[in-house]
Amino acid sequence: MTAAVALKDKEVAVDEEGYLVNLADWNEDVARTMAADDNIALTGNHWEVINFLREYYAEYQVAPAIRVLTKAIGKKLGPEKGNSKYLYELFPYGPAKQACRYAGLPKPTGCI
Amino acid sequence: MSDTEAGEGGNRKVKRFMIVNRKAPYGTIYALEALEVVLIGAAFDQDVSLVFADDGVYQLKKGQQTKGIGQKNFSPSYRALGDYDIEKLYVERESLQARGLAPADLLVPVRVLGSAELSVLMDEQDVVLSF
Amino acid sequence: MAVLHTTNKSPLQTRDLESCLRLTRPGCGILLLEDAVYGALKSTEAGARLAEAAKDRRIYVLGPDLAARGFTPEEVIAGVEVVDYGGFVDLVAEHHHVQAWV
Repeated sequence: MTAAVALKDKEVAVDEEGYLVNLADWNEDVARTMAADDNIALTGNHWEVINFLREYYAEYQVAPAIRVLTKAIGKKLGPEKGNSKYLYELFPYGPAKQACRYAGLPKPTGCI
Repeated sequence: MSDTEAGEGGNRKVKRFMIVNRKAPYGTIYALEALEVVLIGAAFDQDVSLVFADDGVYQLKKGQQTKGIGQKNFSPSYRALGDYDIEKLYVERESLQARGLAPADLLVPVRVLGSAELSVLMDEQDVVLSF
Repeated sequence: MAVLHTTNKSPLQTRDLESCLRLTRPGCGILLLEDAVYGALKSTEAGARLAEAAKDRRIYVLGPDLAARGFTPEEVIAGVEVVDYGGFVDLVAEHHHVQAWV
């Protein structure tokens, strides 16, 4: 394990694709730092998705694939947010992959 | 790399996949592997059904607490299968009864079928994967 | 086309063969290989169940696995066909799909 995300006071280990090695290492700073490394400043809309993912994972122990995420977001936050366009604008590298990474979850299952 | 939605590839034939789960969770890796296969396979828009028979029915037992053995409790994931459009969950009646379990002991709604009905369903599949 | 079922564990040790028999229908094929070949022997406790199943299912046993364990085709239950690796391949090709009872 070589990669790490550097926070103000410590480093947290990530895998070769940038996902947290230990899910318990997550805090909001981790998400902000990962996003800043991608030149993204997290907004309330980003946090809404990140928090949704963290709740989904806590409930089901699954990091949802894009199709599942889109549908589930639609159910919870409404159709104007539960669509690929909206989510891709927030997370241009792929909503499920990128948002799961910021949320400190494993890479989505069913993500190809 | 982008995680584009799978299954938009046009006119590929939808195949009928059946995953047969016959092992208890945690003692071996089969149950978890089967679940991963199911979740990954769901991205390809195929007709997927799951069968739980023999000790496989224990995978669905309510109230699993794995803290003490240091393994991930993956049982809540069965409740997410609906989000992955996997709705065909079958449990063999004989296996359930042999273990003193009833549908109310299971953490997801399932269809309970006798072995004769299940064997007909198995014959109708294109691919059967056993775990 | 019928399904070919395979099982590779000794029926004296595991219940895989029993589950396979319970969850298959008349007309299917069942191939016993590796340690499952013990299940095809006349001499064991499991033999009677298989002899019964052989009445309405086609049961095969893999010869090389039998030989490796010191048994001959003469010791196999009547109605069970001994096949070699070529026969195994033919069986797979003849059936709609293969279901392994592992």
